[in-house]
Amino acid sequence: MTFLKINNLSVDYQMRKEIVYAAKNVSIEVNKGEILGLVGESGSGKSTVGNAIINLIDEPGKVSSGSVILGDLNIYENPESIVKYRGNKIGLIFQDPQTSLNPILTVGEQLIETIQTHLKLSKEQAKNKSINLLREVGIKDAEARFDNYPHQFSGGMRQRVVISLALCCEPELLIADEPTTALDVSIQSQILELIKKLTKERNLAVILITHDMGVIAETADRVAVMKSGNLVEIGETKKILTNPHENYTKSLVSSVPPTNKKISRFVIVEKENNNNKENNIKILNRWSKKEIVKQDLVEVKNLNKSFDDNFFTENSKNSVMAVNDVSFEIKEGESFGLVGESGSGKSTIAKMIVNLFKPTSGDIFFDKVCITKIKQRSELMKFRKQIQMIFQDPYSSLNGRLKVKDIIAEPIILHNPSISSIDLNNYIYDLLESVELTQKSADRYPHEFSGGQRQRISIARALATQPRLLVCDEPTSALDVSIQAQILNLLKDLQEQLNLTILFISHDLPVVRQMCDRIGVLKDGKLCEVSNSEDLFLKPIHEYTKELLRLMPKIESIYN
Amino acid sequence: MVGEETSDEERAELRETLGLMDPIHVQFSRFIVNASKGEFGISYQLRRPVSELIVERLPATIELVVISALIALITGTLLGVYTGINRKGFLSDFVLAISLLGVSLPTFVIGILFIYLFAVILGILPSFGRGEVIDLGFWTTGFLSASGLKAIILPSVTLSLFQMTYIIRLVRAEMMEILQTDYIKFARARGISENSIKYKHALKNGLIPVITIAGINIGTLIAFSIITETVFQWPGMGFLFIQAVQFVDIPIMSAYLVFIAFVFVMINFIVDILYYLIDPRIRVKGDTASG
Repeated sequence: MTFLKINNLSVDYQMRKEIVYAAKNVSIEVNKGEILGLVGESGSGKSTVGNAIINLIDEPGKVSSGSVILGDLNIYENPESIVKYRGNKIGLIFQDPQTSLNPILTVGEQLIETIQTHLKLSKEQAKNKSINLLREVGIKDAEARFDNYPHQFSGGMRQRVVISLALCCEPELLIADEPTTALDVSIQSQILELIKKLTKERNLAVILITHDMGVIAETADRVAVMKSGNLVEIGETKKILTNPHENYTKSLVSSVPPTNKKISRFVIVEKENNNNKENNIKILNRWSKKEIVKQDLVEVKNLNKSFDDNFFTENSKNSVMAVNDVSFEIKEGESFGLVGESGSGKSTIAKMIVNLFKPTSGDIFFDKVCITKIKQRSELMKFRKQIQMIFQDPYSSLNGRLKVKDIIAEPIILHNPSISSIDLNNYIYDLLESVELTQKSADRYPHEFSGGQRQRISIARALATQPRLLVCDEPTSALDVSIQAQILNLLKDLQEQLNLTILFISHDLPVVRQMCDRIGVLKDGKLCEVSNSEDLFLKPIHEYTKELLRLMPKIESIYN
Repeated sequence: MVGEETSDEERAELRETLGLMDPIHVQFSRFIVNASKGEFGISYQLRRPVSELIVERLPATIELVVISALIALITGTLLGVYTGINRKGFLSDFVLAISLLGVSLPTFVIGILFIYLFAVILGILPSFGRGEVIDLGFWTTGFLSASGLKAIILPSVTLSLFQMTYIIRLVRAEMMEILQTDYIKFARARGISENSIKYKHALKNGLIPVITIAGINIGTLIAFSIITETVFQWPGMGFLFIQAVQFVDIPIMSAYLVFIAFVFVMINFIVDILYYLIDPRIRVKGDTASG
C-alpha cells in the first residue's frame, strides 16, 4: 500500500539573475515496510528531495510546487503546519553523526526534549521511553549512557543515538540522508542492519539517500536515480542495477568499481576518450624514464610511530601507537595498496614515507638508501623530488590564492631553479594535457574547478618533479563515482606509461582491488597481512581481512 | 617631594633615605623583594605609602568596572542574539550601525559627548566625581546613595560601549554560524520548537567563546578605565595613575602596573575554570569515547 506520495515536487533557488532548480517535478511513492533508495551524484538533488518532504530547505531555496501526501494527510496543504509533523510523523537522519548532536546537551536531555515536544509524557515517562529506545538501537548500558554527552560516544554509537532521536516519537516515515557515509565499513554494516531491522519491526517507510551503489544493492527494495534535479529512473533495485533503461543509470552503474573481479579500465559511457595516450607522449619525452628493474623501490622495516598526548611528561599510558611494527616493501613499477579503517595508521605511514612525520623507530629505505636517517637538507631534497604525494581533499590541498600554473611551477622551480620561463610554461602545458586539462586552465584559480578537475591539478603538481613513487592518500574518496572512475583510469594510464610506482591508500576495498597489484591490510597500526590483490580477495588469510570482505557492501549481491 | 627652599644637604639626605644613591641593580633587587611583600614604597607626590593609596582608590575602579562589564555583557548578548536571529530588519541594521560607531569612536570622545548631552544640555546627570560615598570600613561604595548611583551611569556606560559592541558582533557571528550547523538542522527536523532551538540549543553553544573573550576583556576594561576615569574625574586607580605619570611618581606607576598584571592573570585563571565547568567536551577529556 502506498504510504508516502510525492507529486511533482519542485524546489528552486532564486538567484540574482536566474532560478536554479534543485529538484524539478519529482514524483516518488514509498510503501510501508519498504526501503526506497535515492541515488545520485553530488548536486543531483537527492538531499534536496529528502529535506523538501518536511520543508526544511535552506534560504533562498523554496518548494515552488508539488504535494506530499502521507497516508491520508496532505501535509503540503499548509506549508507552515509541516513543522508539527517533523519528528512526529517523519524522522530524519543526517550524514555526519559527529555534527548532528548538540555537543553541550546530554543525550538524555536531547531525547527528553524531543519526546516532550510531541508526546504528552512526564519527564519520568519520557526518560524510561528514551532508555528503552537506546537499548532498541543497540546501546549497551543505556541507563548510564543516558547522561553522557555526545562526544563520549564513538562515531557508530553516535549514529545510533541519532537514529533513536529520529525514531523517539514513533514516526511512520524515516528519511536517512547518507546515514553511513561518514562511518567505517564494519560500523556501516551494523547501522544498515539496524535500519533494516527497524523498518521491518516498526513497519516504517524509509527513504535512504546515498551515493553508494553497494549500500543500495544490499539495503533498498526499490531505487530512484536522480540527476541534476530530475528523476531519471525508478524501479526495483535489481532491475535498475542489472538492466537500467537510461544511459545515465548505465554509466553510473558502470563506474562503480566491481568487488568481485578486476577490470583493466572503467567504462565511461558518457564521454569516451581514447586520445589521452597521444597526450602523454609530450610529457614522456621529458621523462627520464627508468627501465623497470624488478627490485624493491621502497622498503619499510619495523616502523613505529607513537603520538604522545603530553609533550612534557612522556607518559607511556597516554601515548597512542599509531603505527606498530610495520614492515613491507614496494617493488619498482607496482601499485601497492594499504587498506584499513579510520585510525588504522594508513595515512600516518604515508606521511612518514614522504617524510612529513619522523618515525619513532624503524627505517624506511628508498632505492636502498635509508631516508629516515638523512640529516642534510640537500640530500633529503633529492629524495623529496622522487617521492610525491596526492592528498585526499582536493579543496584544501591546493592554495586558493595561486594560479594553477604557479601551483604546478612551484615544485619545478624548487628542484630546477635555472629553468627558463618558456621551458617552464611548455612543461606546465604538457603536464596539464597529460592530466586531460586544457592549456587555458593554467591561468585560472583552483576555485574555478570542480573536485575532479582539482584532483587532476594535484596529480599534475605531483608529476611535475618526475617522481618515481607517487603516494596517493585516498585520492578519490571525496569524489563522485563517475569522477572517481575517470581519475582512477588516469592514474592507471600514467602509471603504465611513466613506469610510476604507486602507494595507494584507501578505505574502499573495491577501488583498491581495481588499482593495486599487492595489498596490505592494516588494523590499529598493525599490518595484518600482505598479499597479491587477487589472492587477498579470493583467499583471505587473516580473520580481519575476511571480516572486512564480508562486510563490504557489494553491488553484485543483487545478482544472487 | 622637595620645595624650592630645600638645602642641598637636605636633598642629599632625602636621596639617601629613598635609596636613590644605590647602584641600579641594588635598587632593582630591593624593589623586587619589597614588591613581593606587597610594599611599593612611598609616593613621591602624596608622601603616603602606595599600598594605602591603591586600597583607597580600588573600590571606585572596581565598582565602575563591574557595572560596565555587566552592562556590556547583558546588553551585548541580548543585542547580539537579536541581530543574529533577525538578520534583516531595521532594528538589526540600526544596532549594527551604532555598534560600528562604538568600535571606532575613542572612549574619551564618547565620554565628552555624553557629558555635553546629559550634563550640560539636559542637566540630569553629574558630569564628574563619584557623588556621595558611604564608608563601610573596608570599602567605600557609591551604590547606597542616590547621587552615587547617578554618578556611575555616565562613566560606566562610556566604558562599556567599546566592549559591548565587541560582544554584539561576536555573539551575532556565533549565533549565525551555529544556526547553520547540522545539530540545529537536526533539532528542526525533530520538530523542536523554534524558541528552544534559538535560546537553548544555539545560545548555549554561542556563549562559550563569549566567556573567553569577555574574561580577557574585563582586564582590558580596567586598563581602559584610565581614560574614562580621567574624563569623568572618577577617583579611581586609573585617575591616580594618570596623575602619577604627570608627576613621574614611579612607586605608584609600578604598583599599579603590577596590580593590573595580577588582575589579568587572575581573570584568565577564573575564565579557564569557567570554561571547564561550561563545556562538557573539556570536562571529560580523560574519559575517551567508548562503546
